[in-house]
Amino acid sequence: MKLEISGLRFSYSDREVLDHLDFQVAEGEFVSILGASGCGKSTILKLLTGVLTPENGRISVDGKEIRGMTEHFAYMPQNDLLFPWKTILDNVCLYGRIHGNLESARKEAMENMAAFGLAGYENAYPSALSGGMRQRAAFLRTALCKSEILLLDEPFGALDVITRGEMQDWLLSMREKMNRTVVLVTHDMDEAIYLSDRILILGGRPSNVVCELRPEVPPQGRSRDWLYGQGELRKQIHREIMKDGGGAGGSACPPERKAHGTDL
Amino acid sequence: MKKWRKRIAPVLLITLLIAVWELVVRIKDIPLYVLPAPSQVVGSLVTDWSVLAGHAGVTVMEALAGMAIALVLAVTLGIAMDAFPAVKSGLYPVLVVTQTVPMIVLAPILIIYLGFGLTPKILTVVLMCFFPVVVSFTDAMGQMDEEYVHLVRSFGAGRWEAYRLVKIPAAVPGLVSGLKVAATYSISGAVVGEWIGAQSGLGYYLLRVKNSYMLDKVFACVLVIVALSLCMNGAIRLYQMFAMPYGEKKE
Repeated sequence: MKLEISGLRFSYSDREVLDHLDFQVAEGEFVSILGASGCGKSTILKLLTGVLTPENGRISVDGKEIRGMTEHFAYMPQNDLLFPWKTILDNVCLYGRIHGNLESARKEAMENMAAFGLAGYENAYPSALSGGMRQRAAFLRTALCKSEILLLDEPFGALDVITRGEMQDWLLSMREKMNRTVVLVTHDMDEAIYLSDRILILGGRPSNVVCELRPEVPPQGRSRDWLYGQGELRKQIHREIMKDGGGAGGSACPPERKAHGTDL
Repeated sequence: MKKWRKRIAPVLLITLLIAVWELVVRIKDIPLYVLPAPSQVVGSLVTDWSVLAGHAGVTVMEALAGMAIALVLAVTLGIAMDAFPAVKSGLYPVLVVTQTVPMIVLAPILIIYLGFGLTPKILTVVLMCFFPVVVSFTDAMGQMDEEYVHLVRSFGAGRWEAYRLVKIPAAVPGLVSGLKVAATYSISGAVVGEWIGAQSGLGYYLLRVKNSYMLDKVFACVLVIVALSLCMNGAIRLYQMFAMPYGEKKE
């Protein structure tokens, strides 16, 4: 297993968020973590990156236990967090700058600008870019990290429905090319179904993995038409999330409400 | 059109006020030692230009030196206060209290301790400029989204590298705002220091012409002080325009 989490426990000062959290992610697998607002999805990623420290439990990469901040994870937060004072090229080369290989990072970034739809914007400042382009730049910054596991924290959550759909299509196309292990945190059921090999549903208080689902992908691959036909899976996910009243945030809407882009 | 009107309005108002001032002085035949006419002030400015320029050079030098020291101190202490909350909680109230002591009281004390040379004047500028810079810089660092720091830390940056990469650059707009205020104060600070005791500088010139009741020269000197203060402020704005092309206005 590439990533193993066992018996993870974490509390904020006012509430217990995660307890007995266990899951594994295989090499090259795309796993989504789905759950209602406030159930601790983003906390898991902060524990993996070492920004937060677990009270208990074990995180292992390639069978070796890790603690604190390590080189194994490349993190993409909810907001693009591009530095407004840096050009797009300088922003995407952040990892190279930190690790002292800026020149090779720049070269690699230039080679990837077109694939990420950013060609011609190398010297632009983030304020000149649309929301979708900023997210793509943030994604390129994450992809240029040499870390083996990408952690994506609701990467398209701040975008409008149309741009979000476009970005999901784009990420699906990039998935094959990048061939990396990905953990995606989202509260968009369709996003999870469309992109993932496996979906983990968080529930309970404190949260842990209450259900694991695997979308059945046809031999011709994923498509929007295939996604629209996943009503049963959507209902199943919704039932699992609603079992304990929709989590700490308690915001949930029925799966029939929207054909796609359904938020919980 | 609206922008043009906004700019022209203060110019028209000032022109009108000057015209009224000139007329009142001429019609009422007000003597020079009570109120000089604007034309007399401009006349003094022209005839005394070389003397004023010499004194202005000294004042500007003191102001620039004071600003530079205030900037270095503010950045150093700002980072220390942000990195160590104990330093902030201990130092911040002291800084606030120092601002409640009038500079006209502090300046003579500085002269008693440090003599009549440049040092007490530069120190007066430092005391006046330091506070707005350190407050804006520290507040800007404190208000930045911590997610930026988490991001660079997750990419492998150390604590101080996070300051270099994120915290300090993110606080630069705040620092520049503080500098704009400080730049305006800097000339006044130097003038206050010179007024208390000096052999040169605009404050020294001002004291001499005031004691001789040459009010046209006093007003001419005030004009130079205003112009220099605006230039200092303008220089910071120019820096902001060219060195920060991503601009606060776009944020």
